[in-house]
Amino acid sequence: MNDASQTVSVVRAGLHKRRAAERRFRLAGAAAVAVAALFIAFLFTVIVKNGLPGLWQTRILLTVELPAAEFQGRGEAALKGANYRKMVRQSLLGLFPDATTRGERRAAAKLLSEGAPYQVRRAVLADPDLAGGALTLWLPAASSVDIFHKSGAGGGKLSDWQKQKVAQLQAAGRLRTVFHRGFFLNNDSRSPELAGIRGALAGTFYTLLVTLMLSFPVGVAAACYLEEFAPRNRWTDLAEISINNLAAVPSVVFGLLGLAVFINFFGLPRSVPLVGGLVLSLMTLPTIIIAARAALRSVPLSIRQAALGMGASKMQTLFHHVLPLSLPGILTGTIIGMAQALGESAPLLMTGMVAFLVNTPGGVLDPATVLPVQVFLWADSPERGFVEKTSAAILVLIGFLVAMNLLAVIIRAKFQKRW
Amino acid sequence: MVKAEHNTPTAGDITAANPHMRARGVNVYYGGKQAIFSVSVDIGRNEVLAMIGPSGCGKSTFLRCLNRMNDTIPNCRMDGEVTLDGDDIYGGKLDVVELRARVGMVFQKPNPFPKSIYDNVAYGPRLHGLVQGRAQTDEIVQKSLHRTGLWAEVKDDLGKAATGLSGGQQQRLCIARAIAVSPEVILMDEPCSSLDPIATARIEELIDELRRHYAIVIVTHSMQQAARVSQRTAYFHLGRLIEVGPTPEIFTRPQHELTENYLTGRFG
Repeated sequence: MNDASQTVSVVRAGLHKRRAAERRFRLAGAAAVAVAALFIAFLFTVIVKNGLPGLWQTRILLTVELPAAEFQGRGEAALKGANYRKMVRQSLLGLFPDATTRGERRAAAKLLSEGAPYQVRRAVLADPDLAGGALTLWLPAASSVDIFHKSGAGGGKLSDWQKQKVAQLQAAGRLRTVFHRGFFLNNDSRSPELAGIRGALAGTFYTLLVTLMLSFPVGVAAACYLEEFAPRNRWTDLAEISINNLAAVPSVVFGLLGLAVFINFFGLPRSVPLVGGLVLSLMTLPTIIIAARAALRSVPLSIRQAALGMGASKMQTLFHHVLPLSLPGILTGTIIGMAQALGESAPLLMTGMVAFLVNTPGGVLDPATVLPVQVFLWADSPERGFVEKTSAAILVLIGFLVAMNLLAVIIRAKFQKRW
Repeated sequence: MVKAEHNTPTAGDITAANPHMRARGVNVYYGGKQAIFSVSVDIGRNEVLAMIGPSGCGKSTFLRCLNRMNDTIPNCRMDGEVTLDGDDIYGGKLDVVELRARVGMVFQKPNPFPKSIYDNVAYGPRLHGLVQGRAQTDEIVQKSLHRTGLWAEVKDDLGKAATGLSGGQQQRLCIARAIAVSPEVILMDEPCSSLDPIATARIEELIDELRRHYAIVIVTHSMQQAARVSQRTAYFHLGRLIEVGPTPEIFTRPQHELTENYLTGRFG
């Protein structure tokens, strides 16, 4: 047997084992991907299933009698001060003549949301001619009715008598489920059926605005300096290590830092987007610096040489060529950093952006909360109705995150560099 | 024996009849390692000086000393004297920006900016403030492209991306970009090494044309190219300038044994 034929036979003998090993490896990889995909699918199914009903609201058709006797006095004060609660209650009880005992009357009144009288009041204030007449409109049902109606069975806190009344309303065509715009247009509330994310959205906007305004210029400038100008020595090495370590610091630690420095030392107010944005910039900076440095480094040396060879100074080379060419990469990194900041709640809990607020913040110095913290607050609430609100808010949050990441992908793909 | 060889002073005549640049005793170090050993040579007006030699012999490093491109390399240090029209380019008198406006450079790999053809050529004049307004810029762009023979090929596509041109066109564009600021000297670092023979021939013709207006230093791997385009040739070996002289003499009657070995293909 010569050497060549021996090689062939040995290789052939081992071939089966090699192929089997490769198949096993590929199978394991595919299995890992499948498990990950399964988890994501499960997560999204649960959130969508819980959250979508939160965007719908059950309403009750009611004709509210507005007897002129209730509007004694003159002008706007009478309109504002009238007892709408009583009028709504009376009108509602009119639908249930069989509610005779005190307990039944109270149970019937609880079918409507506590926010219903305010809605009537708003309508009357908008159109004072209604006073003395009657007003027919769809008023929000109480959270328990909402859940019972939407989920069909169960019904949690409703008594049998109440369930019977709901069925009556349904049969009379006085019950319907509509898209709940209030979820986006209302501020937070103690009543789940009235609570919305408007305040949290505004707070998120101001907080991220502060974060972007601070971390983008500072991050890009730092990256440019470190990458293009800084001498290589112990100090710049130290700065580099610090930046990389900073990216790995748990976010709650940044919150403590913000509390100690911005609030306690500098005396900035708590609960405001300014402080939240400052803390989040500290957190986002390393991400932006690292991404920007990578983007700057990816601009080929030949471009820099071409510019320098033409007599451009270092700064001209940077601003005319290197920075514009690396901008897509820098923007991608910035968007990913901002998406991180958008999803962050722990550091904001530390700086007090966790308050229950019923006003929409109007600037960076108004007390505010943000979307993830709103999710945290609602998840913490005992009312059954907040479960779907929590999931709905998570849906909105994930929607924003997906949109931002998609934008990053699009920017990267569209401005793919070609030299 | 090797040492003795290395101590040999440059053979031939380092001076040019009408020198524009002059290098004397140039040493270059990368960190602790010396790359260039005491090189002295003149660059004459309206002539092409070809620098040849085996890979790693320091010819590109020396070329980059002439417009201070080595400044951009960390740890790179040089001493010796290089003058442009009598002014020391490493002294305080001549700013590096002015130097590079007067001594242009064309690189090994065509490196147009990823902008339009027009903006590539206009970059230098705009950068140095040589042009005011669109009309002047148009004129200088057209003139530079004419001179590199590119005008006819690209005159309808001035707004298109320079990176879409062929390799040879890109290199001619880089030459047009370099001459748009009307430099006095053009340094070329193996300008044809990434081009096909037809594009190479065009560039060589162009070099011969440009010689009427500029002093040109070209680093090349190809001895044939050196023979075709240059008036004087310098042979580098292991960081030393072994021999320099008129091209016909170098190729027909090399004085130094190393030059002869290289030219006859015994190494390199």
